[in-house]
Amino acid sequence: MNVLEFTVLVALGSFVAGLLGALTGLGGGVVLVPLLTIFFKVDIRYAIGASLVSVIATSSGAAAAYVKEGFSNIRIGMFLEIATTLGALCGAFLATVVPTRVLAIIFGVMLLYSAYLSRKPRPRAQRNLPPDPLATKLKMNGSFPSEEGGMRPYNVQAVPAGFSLMFGAGALSGLLGIGSGAVKVLAMDQAMKIPFKVSTTTSNFMIGVTAAASAGIYLSRGYIDPGLAMPVMLAVLAGSLLGAHILMKAETRVLRVLFAVVIAFLGVQMIYQGVTGTI
Amino acid sequence: MPRNWSDQNIEQMVGNLLRTGVTVSALVVFIGAVLYLIRHGNSHVDYHVFHGEPPELRTWSGILHSVFSLHGRGIIQLGLVLLILTPVARVVFAIWGFAAEHDRMYVIFTTTVLVILLYSLLGSGSAF
Repeated sequence: MNVLEFTVLVALGSFVAGLLGALTGLGGGVVLVPLLTIFFKVDIRYAIGASLVSVIATSSGAAAAYVKEGFSNIRIGMFLEIATTLGALCGAFLATVVPTRVLAIIFGVMLLYSAYLSRKPRPRAQRNLPPDPLATKLKMNGSFPSEEGGMRPYNVQAVPAGFSLMFGAGALSGLLGIGSGAVKVLAMDQAMKIPFKVSTTTSNFMIGVTAAASAGIYLSRGYIDPGLAMPVMLAVLAGSLLGAHILMKAETRVLRVLFAVVIAFLGVQMIYQGVTGTI
Repeated sequence: MPRNWSDQNIEQMVGNLLRTGVTVSALVVFIGAVLYLIRHGNSHVDYHVFHGEPPELRTWSGILHSVFSLHGRGIIQLGLVLLILTPVARVVFAIWGFAAEHDRMYVIFTTTVLVILLYSLLGSGSAF
């Protein structure tokens, strides 16, 4: 395969990944690394570098739209970014010493878990919780535009638990070159009882900063190859922007099931190739 | 500086900053891509074995040198560096915003995040 053919094919695959990631809300980054390693036979370290760069592009692109709508909470995001960036540093350092086979297996397990999470019903949100002293001291409580109109206030809970989970989310992001939005949403929505819409948009807001923390290390270690990162970054960005644009009109339930099946399949593949050492 | 500087203002401006950063870096990557594909479109591709990037594509001075020599790959790399710097700029901007609100606690939190980011970009025998 020559450079032109490779670039076009990788761009096509990345475009579809970005589109599906935005439409299903599961993120395109999660299928990029398996796509590159399994189908294009790219070394997992190059794949992780390219994926991480595309994660910064899509999250910053999407966050630009979200912040204006007033859903994301900049204080919650900034405070928790201390945990995610520290985690990302640790993850990126780990990535440089962990054997690629082990990386592939961890990646596979993460994919299976994401597929499982996306099918698991979300417990009903608890409303009108009492203010938590620590969250109040940190000025995290806020309000957001509700569906019934007007602003709905919320009180943030369990800050230490959320902070620890965020460290884990950052470490996964740095280790695997993904946004790990699912874990971030889990930390905010489930542990800290932040309304789902605020959790998802704030998580998106945090992904770029988290990824930037490991990107510096990736760059200096030579993981970011311009020839590979170029089609991935441009096409994922284009795909996710289109996905966000048609999201309002599309019925995505069937798509979510399909995408979860694809993710699970890729997870099994990654684990298999990691175990047999063919990656 | 405006008197009732609110979170809303900061968020609006952060949104514009992110959009500009992503647009500019995508354009730079695209320009580099055109040069790279015209010159090397027919070359053989191999990412199966990891070699790591050469110094001109992983150090600040190397990338700049490569850009001034109008190398496609160097220009793409510059675009990617601009992309990585976009969230960093956002953090700097947030520090300024919280300072304008006289919110000392959040100035400290945000500065901590900036220090961690700079450590990744500058420290530990890193790229810059």
